[in-house]
Amino acid sequence: MDDKLIIGGREIISRLFIGTGKFPANRIIPDVVRMSGAQVVTVALRRIDFDSDEENMLRYIPKDCILMPNTSGARNAEEAVRIARLARASGCGNFIKIEVISDNRYLLPDNLETIKATEILVKEGFIVLPYMNPDLMDARRLKDAGAAAVMPLGAPIGTNKGLKTREMIKILIDEIDIPVIVDAGIGKPSDACEAMELGADAVLVNTAIATAGDPVVMAEAFANAVIAGRKAYLSGLGPVKEYAEASSPLTGFLR
Amino acid sequence: MFITLNGKQTEVDNGTTLVGLIQSKGLEPESIVVEYNYEVLPREKWDSVVLKENDNLEVLRFVGGG
Repeated sequence: MDDKLIIGGREIISRLFIGTGKFPANRIIPDVVRMSGAQVVTVALRRIDFDSDEENMLRYIPKDCILMPNTSGARNAEEAVRIARLARASGCGNFIKIEVISDNRYLLPDNLETIKATEILVKEGFIVLPYMNPDLMDARRLKDAGAAAVMPLGAPIGTNKGLKTREMIKILIDEIDIPVIVDAGIGKPSDACEAMELGADAVLVNTAIATAGDPVVMAEAFANAVIAGRKAYLSGLGPVKEYAEASSPLTGFLR
Repeated sequence: MFITLNGKQTEVDNGTTLVGLIQSKGLEPESIVVEYNYEVLPREKWDSVVLKENDNLEVLRFVGGG
């Protein structure tokens, strides 16, 4: 089946994107990436703390991955742009996940500032993937601004609550003709599968894998779920009916 | 003299170069990015920077994130 996901001119075979935060130890990340099959891997950019012995995260991410730095920590468009430019100066490529958050309780994205940052960064040649609240008009504005995809949240970051925004995400999938990648809130493989069955182009998972009992095995479980959900979507789900309809013939033997 | 390094007032010797400071902190240059007085400073320009009083330097690196 010819089923390609192309973002920023790159062909992306795995529709499971993964984040690298919150893992119990960085040394398991190479195995997590391998078992997840992910090609797109997110990282964050932070000030170095000279008083602590921090590790270089890039050492744990296989070189053939597409690195997608996020702009976490940005509270407005200007800060997101600043972080994006710094991230690109590392030489890791031009993918950027825009994340603009000023609400500390629910970590919900600020769509207006996200749109402003997208407009600026697209003009500077970035491949921009904005994390957003799933609003159709804002998704259209992001598309018009040149976003390479939109990344609506399923539920607040790190909650593992699943697709709470399902109906709104479905509308984006139906109406927006750039890739829709469900980001945040996906708590278990069945949530990822559900998003893919719905027609999402990909999912981004971090907390559900990082905080699992065995993150490496969970990464594989997510990989399988994403493949299952995508195949189900492509093959076309059977209709839902109100009343029973026998799968076996009811006549021809005892009656 | 004093510079602001990652938001903290930090004393450095007169004549300290950016590369010298990075080396003295034991950092691998390929793992970090630098913002010098609010402008991104590409790696190839690090050699030519001699720090001045009240410079603002941000040194960052990638960490885990989603």
